[in-house]
Amino acid sequence: MQIKSIFAKKKKYAAIPTEKAKQEIPEGLVEKCHNCSKIFYEKEWKNNLHVCPACGAHHKMTAQQRINSIIDEHTFEEWDADIETNNPLDFPEYEQKLKKDQEKTGLKDAVVTGKAKVNGLPTALVVMDPHFRMASMGAVVGEKITRALEKAREQELPIIFFTASGGARMQEGMISLMQMGKTSMAVERFNRAGGCMIVVMTNPTTGGVTASFASIGDYHFAEPGALIGFAGRRIIEQTIREKLPDTFQTAEFQLEHGQIDRVVKRSDLKKLLTTILDLHRPKGDK
Amino acid sequence: MKYVLDFEKPIFELREKINELKTMTAASEVDLSSEIKTLEARLEKLEKDIYGHLNPWDRVQIARHPERPTALDYIEHLFTDFIELHGDRLYRDDPAIITGIAKYKDEPVTIVGQQRGKNTKENLYRNFASPHPEGYRKALRQMKLAEKFNRPIISFIDTKGAHPGKGAEERGQGEAIARNLREMSHLSVPSISIVIGEGGSGGALGIGLSDHIHMLENSTYSVISPEGAASILWKDATKAKEAALSLKITSHDLRRLNIIDEIIPEPRGGAHRDLPMQAAYLDVYIEKSLNYLMKLSSDQLMNNRWEKYKNIGSF
Ligand SMILES: [Zn+2]
Ligand SMILES: [Zn+2]
Repeated sequence: MQIKSIFAKKKKYAAIPTEKAKQEIPEGLVEKCHNCSKIFYEKEWKNNLHVCPACGAHHKMTAQQRINSIIDEHTFEEWDADIETNNPLDFPEYEQKLKKDQEKTGLKDAVVTGKAKVNGLPTALVVMDPHFRMASMGAVVGEKITRALEKAREQELPIIFFTASGGARMQEGMISLMQMGKTSMAVERFNRAGGCMIVVMTNPTTGGVTASFASIGDYHFAEPGALIGFAGRRIIEQTIREKLPDTFQTAEFQLEHGQIDRVVKRSDLKKLLTTILDLHRPKGDK
Repeated sequence: MKYVLDFEKPIFELREKINELKTMTAASEVDLSSEIKTLEARLEKLEKDIYGHLNPWDRVQIARHPERPTALDYIEHLFTDFIELHGDRLYRDDPAIITGIAKYKDEPVTIVGQQRGKNTKENLYRNFASPHPEGYRKALRQMKLAEKFNRPIISFIDTKGAHPGKGAEERGQGEAIARNLREMSHLSVPSISIVIGEGGSGGALGIGLSDHIHMLENSTYSVISPEGAASILWKDATKAKEAALSLKITSHDLRRLNIIDEIIPEPRGGAHRDLPMQAAYLDVYIEKSLNYLMKLSSDQLMNNRWEKYKNIGSF
């Protein structure tokens, strides 16, 4: 299956940040930078990997944009695209919220998994999409990640994660929390089989995702300025009754505190990932 | 009794009245024994009625009861030769988590537990049982020792959550919990976790990825506090009661959802009413679990654990 057909239903979204701007400018044509407020055409954003041409702020990417930015064209084979939650707790208003995000993104849930080639090197991929319920982890996200790790283990592929998440999906209660255990267990199975797991933390990677699979790979990278942490900033400020600096819980903060290996600009990511995949190529492979 | 929960008030008022009548009878010639009998029958019915129909929010109140027994209370009743062992060897000793070794019915075990305080001073010392990364790393150190010396692990879960603080973030709270999950998932020894009070999210799970998960009947286990959920979902923390219902956080809900293995009964009114009785109930379930798990080989344990967690999900 090719990436185009998977995302055929995808609608334009999130292009204009404010309601007011939405009325004044035709949708999808331009986008304002959330950091420096400069406005650029959608094409300029696209050509620059959704990094602000003026200030370098790394904007959120959809799963589709992320995959396209990394893989060789037409090499993506998606896994388990059709798994969908059945609202196991009968949680109020959950189904409407899901439906809205499904229409908005063309995805069934917040993660896309599959395999592809990066500069000719095969790899499994896990890409979380923050436009779907803040990429929170419920049973579908947990299951797809677990299956991707199992498939990568069986097919002896390395695996690259692009994490983004608001944490556990509240509306699936304890079923969500247990996905932390399930995915971590799958990581260890993959790890014990000798698999190579690379994690690229993107904005934002927080809560139960930070406290499970996202923090236990072999290599951890993060995009500049990405919010990475366990507890929410507001809760910490309330607890310690102190205002936290803007640099708190950024990728650079995590690097300084020894929690990640490198901060990597989006424009350098493909090259870095290629080099790492190459360094872990199975012996005997040319 | 200092702490009376709202829904228990009618019971305490009636009991008060009975006590008054008893004092009057003792001090005078009037015989009120038939009135007392009637009221005592009414009290029995009232208790059955109230405690037999607890809603999720009532159970949240019981789980948070200031007199609810803590991990150390149960350790004292259930184990012998307990030796507390401190420190993660990396940063400091976290008093929010206690770890140690002891004997359970003459067999060595490792014990890990989140520890609340019984008063403000103790709670400040214990950080209200909200661990820092070093608490999780201390627990992991002891769990790895349990694996080395081939003894089972018993975890007591009792926390509102991992501590949300500056130092905790700087020292990798997320990584500490994640590493525990990864390591616990492949321990070669049996593990049981028992939620004895509040099981708060990843901070609870960080010592609780076990072969068997049990809950005291009135304890709760949740991905987020009912107040937190209410303020995020409905921008109104006072809707916590509704959130407690929707989130399915009681032992009965979680047994139905197949998240936990057994519900451990509590004395009427809650564990704090009768600690020895509560410890006796716990004893039954710990023994049953250990008897079952100790017969399994390491491979069987790991396979069963994988099957258990792999199958949690609904889609
Ligand atoms: Zn900008
Ligand atoms: Zn953009």
